[in-house]
Amino acid sequence: MITFIIRRLFAAVLMLLVVSMVTFAVFFLVPRLAGQTTDQLAAQYVGKNPSPTQIHAMEVKLGLDAPLYVQYGRFLKGIVAGQTFNDGPDVSVCPAPCFGYSFKNQEPVWPQMLSALPVTGSLAIGAAIIWVVFGVGIGVLSALRRGTVFDRAAMTVALAGVSLPVFFTALLSLAIFRDTIPLFPDAGTFIPFSQDPLRWAGALVLPWVTLAFLYAALYARLTRAGMLDTMNEDFIRTARAKGLVERRVVVKHGLRATLTPIVTIFGLDLGLLIGGAVLTETAFSLPGLGRFAVNAINNKDLPEILGVTMLAGFFVVMANLIVDILYAVIDPRVRY
Amino acid sequence: MKRNKTVAFAAVCAGLSLLTACGSGSSGGSGGSGGNSASGGAPAYNAGIQNIVNASTKTGGTLSFALSNTPDSTDPGNTYYAYMWDFSRLWARPLLSYKDVPGKDGLQLVPNLATGKGQVSQDGLSWTYHLKPGLKFEDGSAITSQDVKYAVERSTNYAPDVAPNGPTYFQQYLTDPTYPGAYKDTSPDKMGLTAIDTPDPTTVVFHLQHPFADFDYLVSMPQTAPVPPAKDTGAKYQEHPVSSGPYMFSSYDPNKGFTLVKNTQWSAASDPNDKQLVNQINVEFNVQAADIDSRLLNGTLDLDLDGTGVQTAARAKILGQKRLQTYADDATTGFLWYAALNTQVAPLNNVDCRKAIEYAINKTTQQTAYGGPIAGGDIATTILPPTVDGYAKSDQYKFLANPNGDTTQAKSELQKCGQPNGFSINIGARGDRPKEVSAAQGIQEALGQVGIKAQIQQYPTGSYFTSYAGSPNFVHQHDLGILMGGWGADWPDGFGFLSQISDGRAIKSAGNSNLQEENNPALNALLDKSTQTTDAPGRTAIYTQIDQMEMGDAVILPEVYSKALLYRNPAVTNVFVTEAYGMYDYTQLGVSQ
Repeated sequence: MITFIIRRLFAAVLMLLVVSMVTFAVFFLVPRLAGQTTDQLAAQYVGKNPSPTQIHAMEVKLGLDAPLYVQYGRFLKGIVAGQTFNDGPDVSVCPAPCFGYSFKNQEPVWPQMLSALPVTGSLAIGAAIIWVVFGVGIGVLSALRRGTVFDRAAMTVALAGVSLPVFFTALLSLAIFRDTIPLFPDAGTFIPFSQDPLRWAGALVLPWVTLAFLYAALYARLTRAGMLDTMNEDFIRTARAKGLVERRVVVKHGLRATLTPIVTIFGLDLGLLIGGAVLTETAFSLPGLGRFAVNAINNKDLPEILGVTMLAGFFVVMANLIVDILYAVIDPRVRY
Repeated sequence: MKRNKTVAFAAVCAGLSLLTACGSGSSGGSGGSGGNSASGGAPAYNAGIQNIVNASTKTGGTLSFALSNTPDSTDPGNTYYAYMWDFSRLWARPLLSYKDVPGKDGLQLVPNLATGKGQVSQDGLSWTYHLKPGLKFEDGSAITSQDVKYAVERSTNYAPDVAPNGPTYFQQYLTDPTYPGAYKDTSPDKMGLTAIDTPDPTTVVFHLQHPFADFDYLVSMPQTAPVPPAKDTGAKYQEHPVSSGPYMFSSYDPNKGFTLVKNTQWSAASDPNDKQLVNQINVEFNVQAADIDSRLLNGTLDLDLDGTGVQTAARAKILGQKRLQTYADDATTGFLWYAALNTQVAPLNNVDCRKAIEYAINKTTQQTAYGGPIAGGDIATTILPPTVDGYAKSDQYKFLANPNGDTTQAKSELQKCGQPNGFSINIGARGDRPKEVSAAQGIQEALGQVGIKAQIQQYPTGSYFTSYAGSPNFVHQHDLGILMGGWGADWPDGFGFLSQISDGRAIKSAGNSNLQEENNPALNALLDKSTQTTDAPGRTAIYTQIDQMEMGDAVILPEVYSKALLYRNPAVTNVFVTEAYGMYDYTQLGVSQ
């Protein structure tokens, strides 16, 4: 198992390196190949009506005058060894992992991402708890009550959940539950947990439910399909024949066997979400990593784009690793 | 079954009625202490244009603003957006500022840190300002003339590598244009800029290369807000600029927003311009534009800081309900949407071909493309908008008489320019601006009526001026004869509006704003003359002359004088539109609840 983990960590580092190279190429190399010059690129980060002097100063400041491989090398070096930054009267030290300084606001990227992480974490984890509990629960009940009114109603709602776009559900929920019937007046803002836990939760209920609605629907359908398969297996019949109570048969034997693909998908989903629930954060104006990524792309702020891409990639890779490790816990047949 | 259908129908109706129910419009902001309510303009549609709405001296409470993105900077030396110039006066007081009143009087300059307007030397090359006594920063230290000088030294003018966003007028007009900036200044006290003298702690003397009658406008920009050298943190200064105004920073997050609290060292006696009514001001970044409107309408947000007006859906809601209209103002922003007719791209190098375009355009379509008379603006007949000094009503191409265009006259002009069957040309527009693309399509259609075949080429906003429309080489290579654009003055007179977009000497190889690439020596000379004309009516007459000259040369097709439908939370007090910035004045506000 230890060897497996070490191998996977090594592969994760390689994967992140590839991600950074591809991202760098897309945002820097491709425009260059299309004919964009470095002063044209630098001019995007200067104010209105920039003079040639201003543009050149920015070009030098951002290191855009260096060859691309040097720029990429500096970026990688910053992650492992940190960077220095001339912010005017002083030289700032950006300790490792340093993802550079924003081209737009000249603030270091890593602290900005760290500041956004609790927002995304609050959103993703809260929604994850809701969608797992409700999605799996409804899926199990639907499977056990196959063909009943409950089953049909649940699957219809699930269909709606996977069909309705997140931004539609988000805007509708804000229009109804914040603007018309102000049950959640803080929705659309983020209040730190440390500032006021109750208001933190109150502000996140609508985003949680919106995000969970989509995923719960998927998990309900997945769980129902898995349970229907599993509950027809011989070992379930055997468990019942041995006289086990039905609840134990369903939970300990049926659900456990169904869980493997659900855990896989849950890990991937959570990993992706912690990298930034873009649509939900944008619709609810939550200052998380997803919103950060959108702004970075709109501003063509390469250090921020690279930083958030690598961070999101890191979460996905780690989530995959954790899921693989959990396999061995859930399924005793799996050994590494 | 019929009963089930009836029940279902009723349920749908109930659901729809919930969705369409209007917001309660409850007041925002937290409670505050009591105070005398002065009588002032009652809320009404457009009341804020000429009156102060909800005039009040009531103190206390919290004012909340939101932005749909992040500001370029809160550092007064490093910002170039009108809303930030308006708002930053709360913590960064310049030497002069605009009078805080509605209407035309709001374009007048009044003393802020300085005791009065600049005292000009005989030769017009020196401008002297005296600071008011007893001025203090938020930490209690005295504000001196050296702090004003340092502020200019560290700004975009001389330190563009650290402060890249602001204007560079001081560098252009002062002597010592090669000063390396405060951060490369090797003098022991960082006072190496010879263009500014500080003979005593309350006197600042600016030395100019050439006489420049508009210099008072330059010192009204936030770049003259004092910065103590010892507290300057360069690129990080935006996190906590040291306040000289009624409010100071208490928190800042580059992606979330910032909070201002009262500056206890500020004194109303030294600052008759600004008000210190609320206890706290919150600014939230990156709020969805539609969500800003929703919060304004439901009363949980006080104002949109950007000041560019509500979005389409909110506009329809406001204009459709009398009650909501009461809290709205259709402000003239001082901005002009226009199309530049490039004089270097054939056949638009012929003035008659350009005139053909002026006559052919359907101005109603253009106005509709930009949002109609309320959200878009009024049909423009001149280059200078009505709020800019130098504007004089005129309509050389009879836009108002023939709002749908004059194809007969257009064809006549085509005959004169030797293109009786029309010609082909390309239109450049910013593809991520739907209104601009729609306006370009309107131009394309109108030109098609007279045989001019126009193709629209779309480019991204972020690099439109740096790489495409603002790059003459690119424009020539791609036959971009018509270039969509917009412009607002850096200060509200003809020179402030026209110098960057009309002076032939301002044409640049990248980041060019003179999109029509006109280089008319007579026009350039008039601009120079205006800077040396000391009497205001004389300058005004010159600006009017330049405007009419350019319209006569048909180098610019003015489309609309931009307007924005602003919405004010009913709880906000002392609200009015300042013509200087084309949005609400942010230095006078309070909350009533």
